[in-house]
Amino acid sequence: MGDPVTFIAQWLENLLLGWGLSPQWVTILMTIIGVAAIAIFVLLVDILLVWVERKVVARFQDRLGPNRLGPFGLIQPIADVIKLLIKEDITPIGADRIVYNLPPIIALATVLMLWAVIPLAPTIVGTDLDVGVLYVVALGALGTLGIIMAGWASNNKYALIGAFRTVAQMVSYEVPMVIAVMVPVLLAGTMGINSIVFAQSPVWYVVVAPVAALILFISAIAELGRAPFDLAEAESEIVAGFHIEYTGMKFGMFYAGELLHALTISGLVASLFLGGWRGPGAEAYPILGVVYFFMKAFFLYWAIMWIKYSLPRIRIDHMLNFNWKFLTPLALIVLIVTAILDKLFAGFPEWLYVVGMLLANLVIIWLTVQILRNRAKVERKRVAEPGPIAAPQNPSVSSTSS
Amino acid sequence: MLNDWLFIGVFLILAPIFPAAALLIPRLIAPRKPSPLKNQTYECGIETVGDTWVQFRVQYYIYALVFLIFDVELVFLFPWAVAFDQLPLFAVMEGVLFIMILVAGLFYAWRKGALEWM
Repeated sequence: MGDPVTFIAQWLENLLLGWGLSPQWVTILMTIIGVAAIAIFVLLVDILLVWVERKVVARFQDRLGPNRLGPFGLIQPIADVIKLLIKEDITPIGADRIVYNLPPIIALATVLMLWAVIPLAPTIVGTDLDVGVLYVVALGALGTLGIIMAGWASNNKYALIGAFRTVAQMVSYEVPMVIAVMVPVLLAGTMGINSIVFAQSPVWYVVVAPVAALILFISAIAELGRAPFDLAEAESEIVAGFHIEYTGMKFGMFYAGELLHALTISGLVASLFLGGWRGPGAEAYPILGVVYFFMKAFFLYWAIMWIKYSLPRIRIDHMLNFNWKFLTPLALIVLIVTAILDKLFAGFPEWLYVVGMLLANLVIIWLTVQILRNRAKVERKRVAEPGPIAAPQNPSVSSTSS
Repeated sequence: MLNDWLFIGVFLILAPIFPAAALLIPRLIAPRKPSPLKNQTYECGIETVGDTWVQFRVQYYIYALVFLIFDVELVFLFPWAVAFDQLPLFAVMEGVLFIMILVAGLFYAWRKGALEWM
């Protein structure tokens, strides 16, 4: 009885077959029911996320957060939804109507579609698509397209600048992200996400490839456009960026899409590196796997929020440099080292393989820190010294440091 | 195999329906009183000057070109990564060589000043 979802699916399938439907139609009907079930479940989680977001933000800022409606303010998100529903919908003058109305739908739909391949438990998974990882990367780029459309169609300069910044962001984070994703694919020998979770049987991949996990996590935050990479909606510079002209439920769709995207990416990182639904007893009782999966996903979600509310926003050229001159070379080196060591350690016993991989990763981290430290020393010296002939560009720096 | 893609196809059709339905409800119950002043482009209370869709200096276009090259080449690496367990050492080394060429390309672009904010 540990697997009620499969039980209900079997029962429903037999019921439909018993009504005399042909097997093809039963398959199609079951698929539609399955998709609807996943989508509705995810949207319900999304409503809960609004509460989580507001409550956790409040705690980080030393406030109480919503606490009036229901126990711990749990009914607050429903009040938020009603408020957004009865707000007037404004279309600005000169906006491109079709392109203006599509992005809110794209923003949420692409995130919903990601849940088709994310495994909640060994048996509770939409579909273990054999190109799952590529599917996730492709859909992530599609979500970015929605943001670009929103920024362009709004006929607003702030929105346009936000859209341009989004392009810069996508151009920089996607390469290290794809390389980092390739490491678990290489270790598991498959691109299906559920198969990757199955392959993490003795240890999670975060032990074997911690650097790749970290790179994926950082570039995932950049994909989400969350602080410190929230340049596309920098409140203090371009007001709200791409969704400045959107009101009511259209803004709500962007908001819901952003929150759900954060949880989805957390779930993806958890599946690829933290063992997804793995945990004691998850194979025998798949319903436990769902609990483990959401524990890990919400832990990462909380980590993303922690980073968001602790770090200041970085400048756009700094972000491009960080991604291209630091994350990308590091990711390529990790990929090479993992590939060579995985072949060299192939015949070794399990524990030796794991220890070797872990040590190699620690060496990479140590070398990286050393190189960064040297660069920082050179940079500090350069800033401290006054310019040779001409006056320094900004004399305030050299005068304050002395 | 085919069922997998059936699932994705059904998802592709159903996923936009939920947000679209949520956008239709305000059409029915929300007030609609547009006015020329209310529909103005929002620019912090100041009237907007000129056209929005002007030619824009994209300061990171060389990054975008480098990105395009990298993204295409990385897709070629995925089949190599999937078949990794069955590959002999020689084929693995060829893959590593390919990545090395990528690294060399990255450093070339770096030295040539392509990775500079213009």
